Amino acid sequence: MRPVLKFMENVLIERILSEAIDILCKLGVELQNKKVLSMLSEHGAAVDDHKMHVHFTQALIEKALDTAAKPFKLFDVLGNETHFFAHDNVYFTPGSAAIHFLDYPGKNIRPPLTDDYIKYAKIISQLDFIASQSTAFIPADVHDKISDSYRLFLSLLLCEKPVVTGTFTIESFAVMKDFQVAVRESEAALKEKPLTIFSACPTSPLKWSEVTSQNVVDCATYGIPVEFIAMPLSGFMAPVTLVGTLVQHTAETLSGIVISQLTNPGAPILYGGSPAIFDVRYETTPMGAIETMMIDCAYSEIGKFLGLPTQAYISLSDAKLLDAQAGFESGIGATLAALAGINNVAGPGMLDFENCQSLEKLVLDNEICGLCLRLIRGIEPKDDFPALPHLQELLKEGHLLIADHTRRYIGEEILFPGPIIDRANHSRWQDEGSKSLEERAHIEVNNLLTTYQPSRLSDETKNEIIKLMEAEARRYGQDSLPFRNI
Amino acid sequence: MDLLQQISDSLQNGDEKQVFELTRQAIEQKVPAKQILDDGLIAGMNIVGEQFRTHKIFIPHVLFAAKAMYAGMDQLKPLLIKENIRPIGKIVLGTIEGDLHDIGKNLVGIMLKGAGFEVIDLGKDVSADTFVQTAIAESADIIGMSALLTTTMLNMRKVTDLLRARDLNSSIRTIVGGAPLSEAFAREIGADAYAYDAANAVDRVKKLLESA
Repeated sequence: MRPVLKFMENVLIERILSEAIDILCKLGVELQNKKVLSMLSEHGAAVDDHKMHVHFTQALIEKALDTAAKPFKLFDVLGNETHFFAHDNVYFTPGSAAIHFLDYPGKNIRPPLTDDYIKYAKIISQLDFIASQSTAFIPADVHDKISDSYRLFLSLLLCEKPVVTGTFTIESFAVMKDFQVAVRESEAALKEKPLTIFSACPTSPLKWSEVTSQNVVDCATYGIPVEFIAMPLSGFMAPVTLVGTLVQHTAETLSGIVISQLTNPGAPILYGGSPAIFDVRYETTPMGAIETMMIDCAYSEIGKFLGLPTQAYISLSDAKLLDAQAGFESGIGATLAALAGINNVAGPGMLDFENCQSLEKLVLDNEICGLCLRLIRGIEPKDDFPALPHLQELLKEGHLLIADHTRRYIGEEILFPGPIIDRANHSRWQDEGSKSLEERAHIEVNNLLTTYQPSRLSDETKNEIIKLMEAEARRYGQDSLPFRNI
Repeated sequence: MDLLQQISDSLQNGDEKQVFELTRQAIEQKVPAKQILDDGLIAGMNIVGEQFRTHKIFIPHVLFAAKAMYAGMDQLKPLLIKENIRPIGKIVLGTIEGDLHDIGKNLVGIMLKGAGFEVIDLGKDVSADTFVQTAIAESADIIGMSALLTTTMLNMRKVTDLLRARDLNSSIRTIVGGAPLSEAFAREIGADAYAYDAANAVDRVKKLLESA
């Protein structure tokens, strides 16, 4: 039986949905995009062009929910299926868009560089339990205007896994779409086999910027999946109660779904988010807070109730180092997310309120993800009845280490984690150098850098996306890109 | 591929039937028994041991390989005896007097056998006298003792004392292991080696024999 975590009865979910729809109809949202306002107006929403404000109608919201693509699949750069966003299937992806990078060893963070990104892509391509790559941090050694497309470019060049990404500007979308069309060879093929997910973030409370709303429209147009990342902050930019925050999160997410589905009915979407409580002691938004995680799991229940695949930023930590807090917050989050059946779980590698990526943490988190994926496979009998023959064999042989039953099921039943989780006895641990978790993780990072195999994407396609990237950089006066020097 | 290399590869894959058949062929082709043992069976087990030590494979894989090794060894044994070739080492094994916890000791025995050693397992609750008498009678190279309790582990000193009293401590070496033990304790009671797990026991026993 697959274990499932639930926080809410359907009655409460229906109540939250009803309140959220009421808010969208009565309060509406601020929407700083004339084209989107015009589209909404054409479909019956009450638009105030002057205030850039829109009041939705219940019919509009229900229609959007009706047309939203339910389960959908994701494919790697070679066209192989990697994700089926349906039911309680769980896939992990690294936390994305960090502005800092934690160096090893030490306590210092710094702006990430191209070299860091290349290392990251080489490592993520080899982590078994993290199904996709994300554009995990923002290289600071390229022009600001290409820092979003450049991340996707490096990812597509170096790693075969599909990519969770996003744009920082309206203009960047074109080249980011063109990379993908180059990989798939046509827009139709890209629609058929989505390669990326774009994150689109409304601003709490109840607001869509021009950039993010346009991103939703652009992605929907090309059939690129979008995950909605509403970020209400309990007690600051949202009601302090978890239910109150959920109502607001629901309203903000539903407004995005309407924009997407009016643009292209059936466009693939993930019901996601990155809400948090607000820590009034430090003026911070803790992703490792248990209430934050509860909100994540609960809004995923709402998404599932609507029949939509879901997403959350949940398996990450607010710690500044790879310390006990980093481990337990990420571990608790990943466990809860897996039990809740959140389909796209974002967070591995991330520290410091989604601000800092660490390669050492990434490889640790990969092992945590493995344990969580094992957890949700649950407990099932496997040639266990009758049990008598197994026990007879045990008594006869003195052990079952090489019994047929052991041989058949040991790999399936028991997940032996990698070299980072320590399970050696004390003497063996000492004999192997008394290494701390951070040291073991660093050794694994270095090992993975030596065992990396280049992406099997054709050289022709690689050259095509290099040309696209270089042309994009030239638009902003950058004549050469740092990746050429690595 | 070279026949002995094939024996080594099949052994690494835990393919008992294949090792049996290839060993038979090697004997038929008049390959010396010692060469089949060293360059086929033990060469394969050494690779398995190294993979186990570096966490690439786990205990069951080692044991399957060991089982495959015996499929070859059973055919080689009469030839090795005829050629007067001794096993690479003989170990008398048991849990120390007063201690009935033998799971770890059994695992050590399985791993040592898998590595080509001859193991005489005295079982549980073995007195110092029995350990030493058996080692003398069997011309064993090493006595291996295990304990799970802090109270019983103290009895291990009786064995090392007895060996010293009979001036046997240089010809019969001792190795100790078990959850409450440590390298320091081994030194304190005059044991020659301490192993923290079964794979480590194989390494330490090999080193003891090399230094003998």
